[in-house]
Amino acid sequence: MSDKSAAASRTGTWYEPDAGLKRRYAADKRLRIYGVAAIVFALGMLAILVGTIVSTALPAATQTMVTLNVDLPADRIDTSDPRGASYQMILTDAMAKIFPEVDTPREMRELRQLFSNGGQYRLRDMVIADPSLIGRSVPFTFPLADIGDQLHKGLIDRNTPREQRRVSDEQISWYDRLVEQGRITTPLNTGMIFNADSRFPELAGLKGALVGSFFALLICFLISFPVGIAAAVYLEEFAPKNRLTDLIEVNINNLAAVPSIVFGLLGLAVFLNFFGMPRSAPIVGGLVLSLMTLPTIIIATRAALKAVPPSIREAAIGVGASKMQTVGHHVLPLAMPGILTGTIIGLAQALGETAPLLLIGMNAFITAAPDSMFNPSTALPTQIYIWADSPERGFTSRTSAAIIVLLGFLITMNAIAIYMRKRFERKW
Amino acid sequence: MTVVETTDASGMVMTKTAEGAEVLAEAAVPAAGAHDVKVAASKVSVFYGEKQALFDVTIDIPARQVMAFIGPSGCGKSTFLRCINRMNDTIDICRVTGKIEIDGANVYDAKIDPVLLRARVGMVFQKPNPFPKSIYDNIAYGPRIHGKAKAGSEMDAIVEKSLRRAGLWNEVKDRLREPGTGLSGGQQQRLCIARAIAVNPDIILMDEPCSALDPIATAKVEELIDELRERYTIVIVTHSMQQAARVSQRAAFFHLGHLVEEGETERMFTNPSDQRTQDYITGRFG
Repeated sequence: MSDKSAAASRTGTWYEPDAGLKRRYAADKRLRIYGVAAIVFALGMLAILVGTIVSTALPAATQTMVTLNVDLPADRIDTSDPRGASYQMILTDAMAKIFPEVDTPREMRELRQLFSNGGQYRLRDMVIADPSLIGRSVPFTFPLADIGDQLHKGLIDRNTPREQRRVSDEQISWYDRLVEQGRITTPLNTGMIFNADSRFPELAGLKGALVGSFFALLICFLISFPVGIAAAVYLEEFAPKNRLTDLIEVNINNLAAVPSIVFGLLGLAVFLNFFGMPRSAPIVGGLVLSLMTLPTIIIATRAALKAVPPSIREAAIGVGASKMQTVGHHVLPLAMPGILTGTIIGLAQALGETAPLLLIGMNAFITAAPDSMFNPSTALPTQIYIWADSPERGFTSRTSAAIIVLLGFLITMNAIAIYMRKRFERKW
Repeated sequence: MTVVETTDASGMVMTKTAEGAEVLAEAAVPAAGAHDVKVAASKVSVFYGEKQALFDVTIDIPARQVMAFIGPSGCGKSTFLRCINRMNDTIDICRVTGKIEIDGANVYDAKIDPVLLRARVGMVFQKPNPFPKSIYDNIAYGPRIHGKAKAGSEMDAIVEKSLRRAGLWNEVKDRLREPGTGLSGGQQQRLCIARAIAVNPDIILMDEPCSALDPIATAKVEELIDELRERYTIVIVTHSMQQAARVSQRAAFFHLGHLVEEGETERMFTNPSDQRTQDYITGRFG
């Protein structure tokens, strides 16, 4: 397509597009189509991902609850020690009242399988909270067990043969009777957020993971933010440019690319084995995550400091500000939006990080939210990992719901970062 | 406290007073006709790494006059200007040899603190560079960090005086709290001059202060420079021969890192003694 050939092929008036020009436009158009196709593909993948997660998580939005009339006879509950009473027996009696035909121990066991094992503890807590209930008959609402929950949400196909089904025909008929009597309700699943982890899906929640993630991120922020800024300011503004600082710079950039599991191994070796810090504790998780976040913050801070125009530094030095005053009064405040954006993105990354937490034992099964950052706990991503690994059907939807919670936090953090960048953007 | 140290370092007499207005008034002591030497440079050479940018410059800059540095791009005039308040210190690879004395004290002496030096030698840059803060804070920043005035009426007085001297007061007095970056280019440059004045310097260095301004703003700044020379020693780097002729009393011509010729502006523009000066002024190169 030399100029000569283009000139030779030209026919007609000067403004008539020739073949070469048409080819150029065709190539332009092709490139644009490739670009659009790539975006459509990426958006499609995202839609599939989000769609799958949301549709899987939907059943976990509600929790199937049952309401029974429970007799709390004074002769079976000691008022001075309500904790000692056998609430399992009391609940079983309440069930037997609705299903009088159930008499064999085998049937009784099957009936109890329909109701959550956690019912007895809730009943106990209710009585302890309000001892005046003793001696009365009260309505008591508690979750159905996983199979009941699945039945109600239509996730168990009644037409499958008995041997391939997880519920017996009797259990189905009992469940149907509960529905007839209007004892089944499906309130919003608040337990998902406010309960700690449990072996039983209907009782399991994210409280422990949320608190654990919060503590870990707090530690991560408290360490990596000041240290990262100090390191970046020194390297960018004060350090002499020589081989040593070049080496440090290269290594910081490399650290940002180190696989996170390596940081986990480091944390295991250093924090747990050498310093003897508590296993599975958010403080160790936070320390490991801060090692990971540091390079991100340092790189973002250096970029933000570099972006401050040199004329501002000259202006400050020109009126007699010292180096430290120049940085502290002018450069750092002007770089702050960039620094904060980088920090939030680093923290969001840390929030979603799983591998290093697995290695320091934050994937333990812990049924209580941690009181402090020294207690064992899980974090959001490790909780997802644990639930995804659990065989009970109810955990399938809860895993997806937990993913949505995690994604929600990530999107919120990124939105804050974008907002801050827009809000504090400066024009020169 | 900084004031006392300044006195020690430069041997200048400077009243230690808390009254901002007095501090400013104190600078206004025009001893008519007495053009004593303010800055005396001898054998100043500057190296950027291996490369020598300035060769043995020796020049005396008289007090309360405007001295213009002229010459083609890259001739070292800005480099030399930045030696006077040690702005070159901020460049790692830059090395300065020789002596620059301000009122008899060598600024490259180990006991001279560059921070105090820069409070005494103000600087105005090529591109207006106000801090992205309010007009008030732009002016108040210097006096504040040097502890020259307490916040409040004392500071207000300094801000007003500085803005008045920079001829900007009437234009901005109603919007002191608005950002300095919102002013027009010429106003920004005068704001930068006011900022330099606010720390009460003896010398003001100007590095092509009008190159980013339109002719009207340039005329205002030049007018201002002419007024300021009553109180301050001004050194201005300029590319514009006409500007040098308009504002300066003395001029120095730099070429390829050498000081070629120095003398009264009028004499230099009408009767240069060096052929290179003649060529440059008549537009044969540069």
